[in-house]
Amino acid sequence: MSILIDRNKKVIVQGITGREGMTRTKLMLDYGTTVLGGVTPGRGGQEVHGLSVFDTVREAVDNLGKIDVSVIFVPAPLVKDAALEAFDAGITLAVLVPDRVPIYDVLEIHYDAREKGAEFVGPNTLGLLSPGKAVLGMMGGRAKSAQEWFKPGNVGVTSRSGGMTSSLAYYLSKSGIGLSTIIHVGGDALVGLPHPAVVKKFQEDPETDVIVIFGEIGTSQEEMVAELIANGTVTKPVVAYIGGRAAQKGTRFSHAGAIIEGNRGTYEGKVSQLREAGAHVVEEFQEIPSATLDVLRNLSAKN
Amino acid sequence: MARLHEYQGKELLKSAGIPVPKGRVAENTDEVRTVTEELEGEVVLKAQVWTTGRFGKGLIQFASDPDEAAQKAAGLFGKEVNNFTINQILVEKKIEITTEYFASLIISDVEAAPVMIFSGMGGTGVEEIVKKHPDKVSFATIDVIKGLKDFQARNMLAQIGISGKEQAKLADILVKLWEMARANDARSAEINPIVFTRDGQFLAADCRITIDDYAVYRHPELNIEIARELNRPPSELDRIAFQVEKNDYRGTFYFIQMAQGFDQNDNYVGFHGAGGGGSMMSMDAVQRKGYKIANFCDTSGNPPASKVYRAAKIILSQKNIRGYFGSGSGVASQEQFHSARGLVKAFREEWINIPAVIRLGGNSEDLAVRILTEYTRDLPAPVEGYKKDNSVEYCAERFDALVKKGSRKDSAKPESPSLSGNIYSFETLTGTVTYDYDRCLECESKICVSKCVPQILRLENEGPVLNITREEAKKGKCTECLACEVECYFHGNKGGHIDLPIKGLEEYRRKVGIA
Repeated sequence: MSILIDRNKKVIVQGITGREGMTRTKLMLDYGTTVLGGVTPGRGGQEVHGLSVFDTVREAVDNLGKIDVSVIFVPAPLVKDAALEAFDAGITLAVLVPDRVPIYDVLEIHYDAREKGAEFVGPNTLGLLSPGKAVLGMMGGRAKSAQEWFKPGNVGVTSRSGGMTSSLAYYLSKSGIGLSTIIHVGGDALVGLPHPAVVKKFQEDPETDVIVIFGEIGTSQEEMVAELIANGTVTKPVVAYIGGRAAQKGTRFSHAGAIIEGNRGTYEGKVSQLREAGAHVVEEFQEIPSATLDVLRNLSAKN
Repeated sequence: MARLHEYQGKELLKSAGIPVPKGRVAENTDEVRTVTEELEGEVVLKAQVWTTGRFGKGLIQFASDPDEAAQKAAGLFGKEVNNFTINQILVEKKIEITTEYFASLIISDVEAAPVMIFSGMGGTGVEEIVKKHPDKVSFATIDVIKGLKDFQARNMLAQIGISGKEQAKLADILVKLWEMARANDARSAEINPIVFTRDGQFLAADCRITIDDYAVYRHPELNIEIARELNRPPSELDRIAFQVEKNDYRGTFYFIQMAQGFDQNDNYVGFHGAGGGGSMMSMDAVQRKGYKIANFCDTSGNPPASKVYRAAKIILSQKNIRGYFGSGSGVASQEQFHSARGLVKAFREEWINIPAVIRLGGNSEDLAVRILTEYTRDLPAPVEGYKKDNSVEYCAERFDALVKKGSRKDSAKPESPSLSGNIYSFETLTGTVTYDYDRCLECESKICVSKCVPQILRLENEGPVLNITREEAKKGKCTECLACEVECYFHGNKGGHIDLPIKGLEEYRRKVGIA
């Protein structure tokens, strides 16, 4: 199994006729994602990669049947309306790829998602991928690369950095570690499914045995994961690395969203809380594969 | 986050209906004198710089008449504080304070909602107050659609023992603070302190408001020049770079200078990253080798070659950098040959004599590294390219070795081929492409047509022409992949020229003395 996405989930692309929408639809189709159609207001009736384009999400759903996921590639100022349109048409998972979505828009998307019982990944996400099954967003860039780089298995990966998601997943695969799902939660301070929400999903996924986290300074996501481990909600082993140790306080490195706010979000705070809770925190990025291998070996020894 | 000065914040509070002390901002001593005269009586002079503890640093001063105010202001104007030069002073009527409070609106990632915080004690950071006096602090989670309601605000105040008239007046301030924050897309809005004065008024005595960078476009009236939080005013080079960022929507571009005015012995590196997380890790790696970071730069999210070129030109406009280090996550989803062509064009134009190490791992890395290294062989300093199986530590080691070795080839920059009168030219989203037909007609490879990434060229009478309309090319169908210049230079007849202007860069370079 995997979380959030597999080969059976039915997907549409909002903004399918744009530069990114078109390119990434091809990636998703080539990799095996069940993309059934797309939406661009005013472009209904056109085709992209053989898929029908509709003017509205509701029309897409009426014509294509129940849709599980919408991947959104519209310009940042339009993301809120696109997400609300998807939820209104009964879609319960939206992937918001664009960068620079205003934070009050994200708050309103959160509000609407709660009302409708929907979820969203991003904004500012590279997407997510279940190796050998399906991809949402732009992870891997090309289907062939994604097939070569990411191998299927029982380790779930969640990351705050887009580039580091693929990098981490590649180095893990190269060390012989297979992956259930790899997910970039989004680079912004406020996202739909932050680390703790994703970690809970990995906990419930019978085919994920170990969870690997690429954390970053800023926000409370890693601290919340530590709480979940400490209070027994998460019992699967967690391997974690926190990026941004050397970042200057108050300097924000583009869409890393690494802002140190008050006393929360510091490197030291995150590391110590995760360690206290029982997570395996490594100091260097390149130690993640060997630490994960150790955890996997201990697991199989126990069984 | 784009941070506002105190006086700008107070203007927003005032127009939201929150009372602030009488006064206004002054930019020279004459204005200070005039404002002091208008205010009649004792005034407070507040330097408009982003630093905490202004009072202790002498950046807040009192004056009893216009002469004293002007004299004290003269001592403040022009002073350097935290990379800021004081050029604005807020002159306000002095107030007699009896009690101080604290109010702050933040966006909580834990709640995924705005949260209002109120404290019955002001003057110091809320973290301290919460720790020492938890009974004096209350919180309210705000429904982003309904907003902060008056009853919620009154409940917050009642909870910490504030009642009656005081409660009603403070609740009004809290509701208005929320409304101001929402209307202006404030990422955070803090009044610290709210004061109760001897003459019975509640006033916002100081404030700190930051606007969401991503929503600055909705608020042109705020005149925010660079939508990001810096601990200093933007440098000239920051400003030049920000224009590139603002005027090109394709992919991410981000540049800030981390140091200025260094010399060669200071070991500063021009840094070019891709993606926030990978960049931070790459900077760590090169810093561990004993280097300092001159600038942070990020081109990612599938940027066109032209954007990478402009980033490189800006990075190389910093004087006295020891080398050029480029590295992101190492396994990029984007096509890396675009970055390689952008770097080649910049490195050749600059004819760089500092070593460059670029980690180009990810899609099309073989092609990318070949383009980068083959097309820079004749440069005076070495350029090395690496792939996803080369760790960032290894790349940092190579960089260190090249800088320490310091070898330079004696290689003069070739004259750039001059244009004949027989040209074909078209505009792109951010530049101009020109083909010199005197050269093109004699070219055998016609490589411009075959290597064009968007495939928008065809041959007409042996010369390359657009296969789409000029309007389409200008609107972005020409992706500025730079192949018709870079590939043509090495495999064609040197007839392709792409002009990608960077506004203000030439003047800047002349001023700082870079050829």
